[in-house]
Amino acid sequence: MRKALGRFPVLLLVLLIAFPAMAQDFPALSGRVVDEADLLDPAQEAALTAKLKGLETQSNRQLVVTTIRDLQGYDIADYGYQLGRHWGIGQDGKGESEKDNGVILIVAPNERKMRIEVGYGLEPVLTDGLSGSIIRNSITPKFKAGDFPGGINAGVDRIVTQLTLPPEEAAKIAAQANSRSSTRDRGGGSMVFFWIFIFFFFILPMITSAMRGGKKHRGKGSAGPVVIWGGGGWGGSSGGSSWGGGSSGGFGGGGFSGGGGSFGGGGASGGW
Amino acid sequence: MGSNFAKYALVSAAAVSLSACGINSVPTAEEAAKAKWADVEAAFQERSNLVPNLANVVKGAAAQENKTLTEVIEARAKATSPQVNVSGDDLTDPTKLAAFQAAQSQLSGSLSRLLVSVERYPELKSQEGFLKLQDQLEGSENKIRITIRDYNEAVRQYNTTIRTFPDIIGAKIVHGAKPMANYKATTQGAEEAPKLDMAPAS
Repeated sequence: MRKALGRFPVLLLVLLIAFPAMAQDFPALSGRVVDEADLLDPAQEAALTAKLKGLETQSNRQLVVTTIRDLQGYDIADYGYQLGRHWGIGQDGKGESEKDNGVILIVAPNERKMRIEVGYGLEPVLTDGLSGSIIRNSITPKFKAGDFPGGINAGVDRIVTQLTLPPEEAAKIAAQANSRSSTRDRGGGSMVFFWIFIFFFFILPMITSAMRGGKKHRGKGSAGPVVIWGGGGWGGSSGGSSWGGGSSGGFGGGGFSGGGGSFGGGGASGGW
Repeated sequence: MGSNFAKYALVSAAAVSLSACGINSVPTAEEAAKAKWADVEAAFQERSNLVPNLANVVKGAAAQENKTLTEVIEARAKATSPQVNVSGDDLTDPTKLAAFQAAQSQLSGSLSRLLVSVERYPELKSQEGFLKLQDQLEGSENKIRITIRDYNEAVRQYNTTIRTFPDIIGAKIVHGAKPMANYKATTQGAEEAPKLDMAPAS
């Protein structure tokens, strides 16, 4: 009994830490093709994976195909962007890389819904209008005929084509598909300052306070615990979901992981 | 040696405890919320940019809907007028935010009425141009919903920061920080996408 009680706070702590990530059940990112609903056979999956890998090698942009068994009552658009943030598809924009350049093709056969979820960085390239046209004209007819692999491949081919075009040509197609190209300014500059700010005023003090804590000198009075609590509280919340990941690219070791990109509802949905 | 170390420790402890009592965390949270608000505004702007195209397409194919169309155009003019513009510094003023919300939700309402009445024109619905516009409108509503959710989350963090110890010290004494207002869907359907499959509007 005593032992159980003793463990209780630890358990509570674990639950508290685990809870934000568990708010919604997402499939694990097992590869570039996450075929939860079993629409593809292994050979098709392998071929698709090779295609998607080729795209990343060529353009550094990440495209992931997933089939979802159950949307858990969410609208596919809501599910999609949260899945994208959870997986962190696309690059995180550190170094030379293009930021948030991920795309996910989501198929939910049980709800008869599909969606092309586009990361922030690709919204001007793979516009909502173009995504909608891909869904309507390339995917929907095949899905209606029951040909899921064919539809997925047709959609992936068009997305890959658009993402590998030279920028000017891609922009032309994007503008055509959107009756007017409306690029969204996300205030990228202010975000950079924001993170510099965070680094100098939070991360650095946290590191120094941790180093001070390591030595046996405790701060005077209540300063010590307050410092740790304040710094830790912020560190936790600023490391939130959309900035998870952080490793750039997914080449090493044959495994695949998202590069830490983020999503904000670009793309289009459809049904059949 | 010992006293030297104590001096350094004291200085750094003072610096660190300053940063812990809200001197820095309050403006950081504030800037984060403002950046999220800029995203909300951009998402609404994207929607209003679509209205002229929608007007052109509808005007050609469904001339009888002129009245509904005029409503949309007026609502758009109102929603984009400088009077209802909310800058980052106005976020602590709930009445300004409410005015912005009211104007935007009026545009949402008239847009959805227009899209419903346009349902009666099959030739319009088969036009690729109209379908694309519909995709774009849906996409912008989607982005509006997400940016609002992100903004409200940032506001929640900011409001928590300025009301909890130790940040409340800096918030009260140094910054005089006021809580920011959430974006609430107070008026009917403000956040709802214009649905196409509703019963015909009266």
